[in-house]
Amino acid sequence: MSKVLFSSISKKFVMALAGLFLLTFLPVHLIINLMLLKSEPGPFNTAAHFMATFPLIKIMEVVLFGAILLHISWGILLQIQNWIARPVGYVSGNKSEVSFFSRFMIWTGATILTFLILHWFNFYFIKLGIVKGNAEDFYSVAHKLFKIPAYDFIYLTCFAFLGFHLFHAFYSAFQTIGLNHRLWNPVVKPIALVYAIIIPAGFAFISITLWLFR
Amino acid sequence: MKLTLKIWRQKNAGAKGNFETYKMDNVSTKMAFLEMLDALNKKLVEENKDPVAFDHDCREGICGSCGMYINGHPHGPVPAITTCSLSMRYFKDGDTIWIEPWRAKPFPVIKDLIVDRRAFDKIQIAGGFISVNTGAAPEANSILIQKNKSDDAFDAAICIGCGACVAACKNASAMLFVSAKISQFALLPQGRVEAKDRVRAMVEKMDEVGFGNCSNTGACEAECPKEIKLVNIARLFREYYKAF
Repeated sequence: MSKVLFSSISKKFVMALAGLFLLTFLPVHLIINLMLLKSEPGPFNTAAHFMATFPLIKIMEVVLFGAILLHISWGILLQIQNWIARPVGYVSGNKSEVSFFSRFMIWTGATILTFLILHWFNFYFIKLGIVKGNAEDFYSVAHKLFKIPAYDFIYLTCFAFLGFHLFHAFYSAFQTIGLNHRLWNPVVKPIALVYAIIIPAGFAFISITLWLFR
Repeated sequence: MKLTLKIWRQKNAGAKGNFETYKMDNVSTKMAFLEMLDALNKKLVEENKDPVAFDHDCREGICGSCGMYINGHPHGPVPAITTCSLSMRYFKDGDTIWIEPWRAKPFPVIKDLIVDRRAFDKIQIAGGFISVNTGAAPEANSILIQKNKSDDAFDAAICIGCGACVAACKNASAMLFVSAKISQFALLPQGRVEAKDRVRAMVEKMDEVGFGNCSNTGACEAECPKEIKLVNIARLFREYYKAF
């Protein structure tokens, strides 16, 4: 049974499902973040409070962190196995025609993880009481952070990497769960492209607006 | 043409290899790539040097044994052909050509450009066959098969197991090969009987011999000399999920 659970395909399946779940979380987070653009803190803080206290959301929070943990740990494990499978590389490189961003998934993923840790220190760990801060007014915390140019630079860079990661991830997850069919293949990649642009662009828009125009 | 060849030389599986440089003059554009290597080997033998060892058999693009990694591509830079079908007209005077063996842990180098591809045989032995008694040839219309399914099964069955998919993949994954072998049976009624056992056994063996994991880059599809498609890998996944 453990051979089945830890087979290459099972690990990829778990990674794909966790990744797809994370894909559904991003638009929710973006919608809440858009409330940062309002001039009064009320709506954003109310939404943040709701996300922190509503029982169903609390359950989903556990699922979310489970998905993040599985996606990261399985991703690292699969990558280590991949490195072991090719102990000697090619001197003439690899010039095969492939989707450009698919080559760098582990590195774009590592960049996103680095940002997530920073993000958790700025918000989530405050909510949990691990780090000191005002958990009741994340609106002001976010506004102050976006006024720091270095933070904006890191934020925008990481979201560019998120876009690169999402573009391949979206298509790849469909392939891994077996949904590759000549009927719907032509629409998967365009949808992946639109998703990979809209989500990071939405977050970047908030960052740039709060940094330069507020 | 005058060419500079940088070829991986390795005495045996345990030896430490290195690249050797060879200058070739008077290479005709009408030569096949392997003929050019034959000319080099003739020269080396005349100089009392060890010729370059490389696999080859049919030299007609059928068997796939002539696998070597040329200038960043398995079987060379021309799509949908094996090394033996590669013509020297695709190179130009003054070119430097890097020639390397397939690089993957389950394909250890035996000598120079020859690798041990028995890892593929082990996967085939694990389940890449039909053991049900199919009897004598049945009447043609007694088992009806959809045209598109028989076409897809045939397209998968033309995989020659050369290992270019493994060589091209940045993860040294064998999933395109395994998926082709799974698909050629899974799509046909005779193959369905043992489909679950087959996919479980072949995937288990694929993992056991140490191939990497597919990350859907598509390099295997781009380099496959028989143009096996990625849809087969998705079918492999579906067959695996259905097997439990």
